[in-house]
Amino acid sequence: MGILKDLFKDYRFAVGFILLCLLFFLVIASFFSPYDLIKWLQVPRDKAPSRSHLLGTNSKGQDVFWEATFAIRNSLIIALISGFISRIIAILVGFVAGYKGGITDRILMGISDGLLVIPLFLVLVLVAMLLREALTLVNTGLLLAFFGWAWDARTIRSQVLSLREREFTQTSLLSGNGTLSLVIKEYFPLTIPLIFSTLINNIAWAIGMEIVLAILGLVRLDIPTLGTTLQWAITYQSMLLGHWWWILTPVVLTIVLLVALYGFSVSVSEYLDPRMRIQRIGAK
Amino acid sequence: MRFFRDYLIPRLIQYIVVIFCGITAVFFIPRMTGQDPVLEIIAQIQSQGSQLDPTAVKSLMVTLKELYGLEGTLFEQYINMWKRVFTLDFGPSFFQFPTPVADLLRTYLPWTIGLFVTSTLLAWALGNILGGIAGYFSHKNWSKILDAIIMVIRPVPHYIFGVLVLILFAFVWQLFPAGGMMLGRRMVVNFKFILTILRYSFLPALTLVILGGASWFQQMKLLVQNVKREDFVQYAQTGGVKEKLIISRYVLRNAMLPQITQLALALGQVFSGVLIVEMVFSYPGVGLLLYRGVTRGDYNLVMGITILSILTITTSVLILDLFYPLFDPRIRHR
Repeated sequence: MGILKDLFKDYRFAVGFILLCLLFFLVIASFFSPYDLIKWLQVPRDKAPSRSHLLGTNSKGQDVFWEATFAIRNSLIIALISGFISRIIAILVGFVAGYKGGITDRILMGISDGLLVIPLFLVLVLVAMLLREALTLVNTGLLLAFFGWAWDARTIRSQVLSLREREFTQTSLLSGNGTLSLVIKEYFPLTIPLIFSTLINNIAWAIGMEIVLAILGLVRLDIPTLGTTLQWAITYQSMLLGHWWWILTPVVLTIVLLVALYGFSVSVSEYLDPRMRIQRIGAK
Repeated sequence: MRFFRDYLIPRLIQYIVVIFCGITAVFFIPRMTGQDPVLEIIAQIQSQGSQLDPTAVKSLMVTLKELYGLEGTLFEQYINMWKRVFTLDFGPSFFQFPTPVADLLRTYLPWTIGLFVTSTLLAWALGNILGGIAGYFSHKNWSKILDAIIMVIRPVPHYIFGVLVLILFAFVWQLFPAGGMMLGRRMVVNFKFILTILRYSFLPALTLVILGGASWFQQMKLLVQNVKREDFVQYAQTGGVKEKLIISRYVLRNAMLPQITQLALALGQVFSGVLIVEMVFSYPGVGLLLYRGVTRGDYNLVMGITILSILTITTSVLILDLFYPLFDPRIRHR
C-alpha cells in the first residue's frame, strides 16, 4: 500500500491510473452489450447523443457507445499481443547482443539497424497489402510484433552493455555464478524499468499503426477497433455531415488511452529508477 | 586528408551497405508472406464483377508477372529488382495505367520532400530550444505547465492528431482548406501561387511541427537537466558568466550534439509520420499517392514508394552525418 501511496503523489500516475480504470470499465462493459456489436442496422441511424444513446448512433445503425467499448477492447488486444511478443524478441536480441558481443552482436544489430532504416510503416503496408483478408485481431498484433522490436532491442542492448562493465558483474562471475543466472538474477531486474517503458511505447505505436492500417483498409474492416471505427466514420463523411459524435469518439478515446498509458509509464519507470526517486524526494 | 579517410569514406560505405540491406529486406519480406500479388489483382478484378475466361486469365497473369518483375527464379527477380532500382524504373502504375510509377513519384515527391525538410527542421529547432530553456528553468512554474501540456501531446499518434487539427481548423473554425490542393499542369511561380501553397501546407506542417517538437522538447529537457549539473556549468555560474551565455553556449550547444545523432536515427519514423499526415490532409505528396495506391491494390506503386523512401531517408541521414563535423569540433580537429 505504501508504494501506491507514493505513486499517487505523482499527478501523472493518478490521472493515468484513473483514466485507465475508466477505460477498463468500458472494456468490461463491451461484454454486456445489448446486441451483437458486429451487426449493422440495430438502432436508428445518425441520431445525435440522447438519453437512450449516450454517444448517438452512426450511419451503420450502431450505437456509438457500444461500438466504442468493443473498439477499445479489440485495439487493446492487438496492442497487447504486439507489445508482449515484440518484448520477448527485443529482450532476447538485446540481451544476447549485449552480453555476447562480437560477431553475434554485429549480426543482430545489423538486422535491427536494417529494420530501423527502412520506413517500417511502408513495409507494414506492403506486407498488409498481401495479407489483407487474413489480418484478424491476432494476426494484426503478430504482424506489428514482428516489426516493432528493433528500436527497443537496441535500447536494451546498450543497457546490458553498460551493466556488463560494472564491477558487480566481475564479482558475480568470480564467485561462481553462471552467465545465465547472472543475466536473469542480476541484469534482468535492473532493466525492468526500461523494458516497462519500451512496452508502453510499443503499445502506443501499435495502436497508432493499427489506425493507419485501418484507414488504408488493410485490416478486417468488419471488426470494430479504434482504427476501423475511425475509418467508417471517415468513409461515411461524418466530418462533412457534422456527425461529430461519431468521428470524435475514436479520436478522443485514442488520445485518452495513450495519454493515460504514457503518464502511467513515465511515473512508474521514474519510480522504479532509483536515481530519479532520489530527485523526486528533493535531494539534489 | 585524414578527415576523408577516417570520417567520409566509412560513412559512404555505411550508406551503401544500409541501402543494400534495406532494399534486400524489402525484396524478401513480402515474399515471406507466401502471397502472390498477381493472384491478388486477378481476384480483385473478378470480385469487381468482370468475367474472365481462363485463357484471358493466363495471359493476364503473364503480363502482370512481367510488369511486377516477378518472372523467373528468385535470383533473377532479385537481379531484376536492382536493375529497377538503378534505372529508377518501377514499371507502370496500376491505378493510373499506363503512367510509369517513376513519373508519378517525380510529380509527388518534391511536395513530400518540401514538407519533410521544413517541418523536421522547424520541429527539431523549436523543440530543442524550448526544451532546453524549459530544462534550464525546470523549477519554474511555467516550465512545469509546459511540460504537462507536452505530456498530453507527445503520445498522440500522427493520424489522430491530424484528424483533430483538421476538425478544429477546417471544420469548426473554417480558417484553412480541408485539403484538396490541385497540382497545376505547369507551375507558375508568383506571389499568389506561393500563398496557395502556404495555405494548403499550413495544417500538415502544423501537425508535424507540434508532434515532432513535443518529442524533441522532452528529450532535450532531460538532457539539459543533466548538463546543467555538470561542473563546467557550475564553474561558469560561479565565475559570473551571463546567464544567457551559459544557456546558449554552455548548456544548449552541449546538449544539442546527441540530439543531432538522435535526429539521424529517428528520420525513418519522422518520414513515416509525414506520409501519414499527408493522407489526413490530402496533401499532394507521396503519402496521398500511397493511400490511392494501397486502396487500389497497386503493388508496383507501393514498392516504388518504399524503395524511394529508403533512398530518401538514407540520403538525408548521410547529409546530416556530413554536416555533423560543423557542430562537433572534436570530429573537425581530429
